[in-house]
Amino acid sequence: MTNQIGFYPFPDRFDRFQMAKISGATRNDIGAAHMTTTIDAQAGGTGRPNAPPSPDHLDLLEAHAVFVMREVAAECERPVLLFSGGKDSAVLLRLAEKAFRPGRFPFPVMHVDTGHNFDEVLEFRDKAMAGLGEELLVASVQDSIDRGRVPDPGPGGSRNRLQSVTLLDAIAAHGFDACIGGARRDEDKARAKERVLSFRDVFGQWDPRHQRPELWHLYHGRVRTGEHLRAFPLSDWTELDVWQYIGREHIALPSIYFAHQRPVVERDDMLLAVSEWVVPNPDEVVEDLTVRFRTVGDATGTGAVRSHAHTVDDVIAEIASSRVSERGATRADDRFSETSMEDRKREGYF
Amino acid sequence: MTSTPGAEPASGSSLLRFATIGSVDDGKSTLIGRLLHDTKQLFDDQLEAVASASRRHGVEGVDLAFVTDGLRAEREQGITIDVAYRYASTPRRKFVIADCPGHVQYTRNMATGASTADLAVVVVDATTGLREQTRRHTCIAALLGVRHLLVAANKMDLAGWDEATYRSVGDEVDALARRLGMATVTVVPVSALLGDNVAVASTRMPWYRGPTLLHALEEAPAGAWAHEGDGGARLPVQWVVRHPGGGRSYAGMVSGGTFRPGDDVVVLPGGQRSRLTSVETFDGPLDEAPASLSVTVRLDDELDVSRGDLIAPAGSSAEVVREFDATLCWFADPPVEAGRRFRIKHTTRLTPAQTVSVLSRLDVGSLELESTSALGPNEIGVVRLAVGTPLAVDPYRANRVTGSFVMIDEQTNATVAAGMVGVPEFAAVPQR
Repeated sequence: MTNQIGFYPFPDRFDRFQMAKISGATRNDIGAAHMTTTIDAQAGGTGRPNAPPSPDHLDLLEAHAVFVMREVAAECERPVLLFSGGKDSAVLLRLAEKAFRPGRFPFPVMHVDTGHNFDEVLEFRDKAMAGLGEELLVASVQDSIDRGRVPDPGPGGSRNRLQSVTLLDAIAAHGFDACIGGARRDEDKARAKERVLSFRDVFGQWDPRHQRPELWHLYHGRVRTGEHLRAFPLSDWTELDVWQYIGREHIALPSIYFAHQRPVVERDDMLLAVSEWVVPNPDEVVEDLTVRFRTVGDATGTGAVRSHAHTVDDVIAEIASSRVSERGATRADDRFSETSMEDRKREGYF
Repeated sequence: MTSTPGAEPASGSSLLRFATIGSVDDGKSTLIGRLLHDTKQLFDDQLEAVASASRRHGVEGVDLAFVTDGLRAEREQGITIDVAYRYASTPRRKFVIADCPGHVQYTRNMATGASTADLAVVVVDATTGLREQTRRHTCIAALLGVRHLLVAANKMDLAGWDEATYRSVGDEVDALARRLGMATVTVVPVSALLGDNVAVASTRMPWYRGPTLLHALEEAPAGAWAHEGDGGARLPVQWVVRHPGGGRSYAGMVSGGTFRPGDDVVVLPGGQRSRLTSVETFDGPLDEAPASLSVTVRLDDELDVSRGDLIAPAGSSAEVVREFDATLCWFADPPVEAGRRFRIKHTTRLTPAQTVSVLSRLDVGSLELESTSALGPNEIGVVRLAVGTPLAVDPYRANRVTGSFVMIDEQTNATVAAGMVGVPEFAAVPQR
């Protein structure tokens, strides 16, 4: 029962409802007043005789994401794939293999490193990249702080927002004209509005009021010098799709995505992992809880959730019954204001 | 347990992509907010955020339009500027929802949302009937190949739950849909504000015995996009894969039909003939590659094939053109006239192009083509185009991939038009 959505039951009188097929009728009434017209009887169905078995939902999402990656690689001069060590970027790496093997990736992989990492995520990153044999670049927020590009928020301060500067500096330094990222439209109401290929001006800004029309699957990647694109092959994937794909493809993930015991403190309604950057205040109680992480970001602003999900199937069951969204459960950065994600994206955020 | 946002539908159910269209303030975003709310697709934190945003913007109660109107400017003005994509699922099927803006100036964004839709939900204020913008949107949806309409006769609460009002909307819609060549039309009387007949059957309109909007969405034909056209399989070459041991394969997404190893094919626009020796993905060889899959194919000859070329069955190939007539939805402010230069992106090819002439403009009220020499912003019309590289095209109604293109401004790289090969079937040329 828990994996079924609860619906208000349909009244009995609708149970036998069928769409009317009245070819050529000028007007049709079914019952007292019910207007359904099938104008062309040939066009009502979707199946054709001898049609091949249709690709399933994940096949279609995969095929589209692979298509987007190949378009970006073909149309842009210097693309880069952004890798955070999280589940979505792990899926991106698998999709890049699907798009370009047996060839090499036609772009480097770049990690924007806040310096506030979970050890498990860095280990995972290095192992994954070693297995792929592709080039890894690291753009460091600490470097941006050391060079005075951004103010130091202090040892416990979130570096999430600072990443935008580090990212834009790296884009300029390497001359990247497209960044492939793992953002999804179901994560946030501003992301729900964004194109698959999303334009950034010379200042790295997203202008949500003047996005390029993006019809069909015609993704055009032309930009002028200094401008760039963000490309989101996972735009139409949901959190559940990502996990089902991880299960189907046996994609390895950092262990913190699964239930484990660790000391945490509750702060701003979030469970933060105690670490060198998250030091409990005298009035905070450190608890040893069984938790997992639903997203992976800056360790100072990414909350854990109580969980006993030890396997991919457990996680799928857990999120299918969750009442709280992925980012709502785990991200401090989205709580600043009504439009925090939009505001950060305008500044160049992922 | 009754509520699980994002839960998986039962196996065997399909995916329906739909777009909401219609005029500004007729209630599109409120309807989608209501649908998501009443089917428990919203998480607690999302609902709380919508409620607090409603308070902040001085709205009485909860403004369900804020579920999809997520931009700062949208909430300030109470309008939709750009399309929002939402994902929902019921035990019956999955939905990808494109909530489109209604303003004329954002027609380009509506076209973006409708271009991949299987079905359009036309939202009509039942108290006013169809407006010009409703007709324009429905017309654009028809041009884009949408053949199934689900009409929400909205604001029935303001119409006093009146059957005659509903029938009047139905008659107007029925006439328009027939002219536009729609395959199915279903009209549901709803109140997005109060929820009647959205996900829950209304008790206030006993004269109505049809489905709720949700039930109609679950019953509607899906997958029209992937199954569109029967003019033969097409593979626009996206990427040439060079194999370490020598040899090449060609990557792309299949449309319009199925490729199988052994198929005799032709490579366009050059016209070289060959045979598919294999069809594969990263996961291995396939016996067949149906539409919508991204695959790589190998040919048995060492041909010169590159990105932008089209692989098609030898028996049912596309037409190679240097000059052709097409229907445009023009998005830019400066009007398009004869002699203007652009770039065109058609399948995976980018080519210079020029307007030879502007032939006609579509009057969205009368659905007649009238002669003109220019198309202004958000107008629809027929133009003759010349291209710098021969293109392998199909009429849009035969294949949405090889029949579509976008026009790009050479200076700004803005996308200034959506184009469809051929002229609209429904449009009448007036007798003079």
